[in-house]
Amino acid sequence: MKAKYIGKRFLIMIPTFIGITILAFFLSNLAPGDPISMIVGGAQLTPEDVARLEHRYGLDQPLVLQYFHWFARMIQGNFGISYRTSEPVWTMIMNRLGPTLLITITSVVVSVILAIPMGIGAAVKPYSAWDYISSGISFLAVAMPNFFVALVLVYIFGVQLKVLPTSGMYTTASVKELPDLIRHMILPVAVLAFQQIGNLIRQVRGSMLEVLQEDYIRTAREKGLKESRVVIRHGLRNALIPVVTTIGMNLPFIVGGAVVTEQIFAWPGLGQLMVQSINARDYSCIMGITVVISVVVLIGNLVIDLIYGLLDPRISYK
Amino acid sequence: MEKVKKQKKQKQSSYMHDVLERFFAHKLAVIGLAMIILLALLVIVLPPIMGLDPYTVDALGGFNKGPSSAHWLGTDRTGRDIFARLVYGGRISLVVGLLSTAVSMLIGVPLGLLAGYFRGGVEAVIMRIADVFMAFPDMMLILVLVSVVGKSVVAITVVVGILGWTQFARLIHSRVLSVREKEYVESARAIGTKSGKIITKYVLPNSFAPCLIAMTFRTAAAILLEASLSFLGMGVQPPTASWGNLMYDAQSIVVLSTQPWVWVPAGICLVITVLSINFFGDGLRDALDPKMKI
Repeated sequence: MKAKYIGKRFLIMIPTFIGITILAFFLSNLAPGDPISMIVGGAQLTPEDVARLEHRYGLDQPLVLQYFHWFARMIQGNFGISYRTSEPVWTMIMNRLGPTLLITITSVVVSVILAIPMGIGAAVKPYSAWDYISSGISFLAVAMPNFFVALVLVYIFGVQLKVLPTSGMYTTASVKELPDLIRHMILPVAVLAFQQIGNLIRQVRGSMLEVLQEDYIRTAREKGLKESRVVIRHGLRNALIPVVTTIGMNLPFIVGGAVVTEQIFAWPGLGQLMVQSINARDYSCIMGITVVISVVVLIGNLVIDLIYGLLDPRISYK
Repeated sequence: MEKVKKQKKQKQSSYMHDVLERFFAHKLAVIGLAMIILLALLVIVLPPIMGLDPYTVDALGGFNKGPSSAHWLGTDRTGRDIFARLVYGGRISLVVGLLSTAVSMLIGVPLGLLAGYFRGGVEAVIMRIADVFMAFPDMMLILVLVSVVGKSVVAITVVVGILGWTQFARLIHSRVLSVREKEYVESARAIGTKSGKIITKYVLPNSFAPCLIAMTFRTAAAILLEASLSFLGMGVQPPTASWGNLMYDAQSIVVLSTQPWVWVPAGICLVITVLSINFFGDGLRDALDPKMKI
């Protein structure tokens, strides 16, 4: 049953995926500035040279045909050659995907781990001091632009206290040690986690408040269960479903946040590559990144859907 | 006839009365609204009153100077007055936020109405396109679009606006699905009212409330998007000031560590503005429809 459901979800993703590729391809081709002059830089070319280059990169074909060629190559993992670095786009993206996933996934985990106790605390005792503190944090987290958070953190921990590194993944490129990596991850992950935590706290608090009103909670209490067990075992499990939805809806937003965060912390991820590619009008790279990122988001949504099933066995996979 | 009209008016005013009462009971929302009005007044009124000039380089005042009586918040790396740039940046932020939200609604509301009212193929196509947009990280798509259409204030407003349409389309769509089954719509259809009229006269007014609330939150989000873009150097370009591009300089560690007057005020202004709008939106939601979730 479940396998069938996953298969079906996959099929639904296909038109969305095709839509994304169409959008990415035609947007990039609407852009001003021709790729040929990007490739050769400032060099003077004869019209014959230009024609030869256009032919080599397939730029002399009609746009629709170019799209189909690009699409066919792309699903085989061939994203073309970067105009900027002359490297294969696929290799560039794969080198950068890991670091981006590392900080984004860690930030999701961190924000969930922090938001759940804060939200539960607020819901168990509404209008208590704890409730006001966690609401305050949540309002601030939603309103603070992530780059401002990043600047403040760099200022405090990097400039004033000098306790944390603020740039790159490793202190020296050749020495790749885990403790060093973790130290470099702290600030970027903190920024990304803070960006998500506002919505999460509100969601946990809201759905906990609702669940705690339910009859089965009263039953559990009257059975004489300990309050902590009632809240966590019976309450939290049910309250988590809307929280998981929020995480799913946050995914594109987190990736967007990673663009800014990677830029500030010189984190060698996809977001930084995106900004570099856009500055250089490197369209083969821009198209590749957009496609890979949206595939990651689509897969993320699928994973979220499957987590629903784990949380609530009543959800039927139809 | 006269009596009916009067009754109707009374009923409407009592609904409005309830809404206002609920809104003003929400203290943070009232503070938010007051802050928004104050900010709007300040950015409109201050430049002519104080004769602020965000462009002229003060050669005597110096570059990168800290706050003084001549320059309340100091000067930037080209010797421009930061306070003046902050006020002018506020104009840009508010205008981009409001106008781009208007663009989002102009696209999203009609599409949501069409999808929800006509269902079938129209609905499938529109909602599928919305899915495609939703699967895309906003920031990525905006970066691509901006690199295509350019970095003028107008272009950024339009791009941020276009990206916001899905939220409104989805809200309206889900609301219309239930409104179109209501008796008043059915009876309008039964007496042969044209679809266009049914939509504008009955369906739209009855499904619009969630959009009003989403409008506030989207305005806040749009202000943050513009600021992020400008911070990356992909948004509003100097010499035009925006809160985001004021903070652009803080990417240099020297400015970040030794000239906080360059980037801290703009960040605080952003936080206060977005907080106020969000508080206002929360109050509006509680007032219009306490059960609604956005």
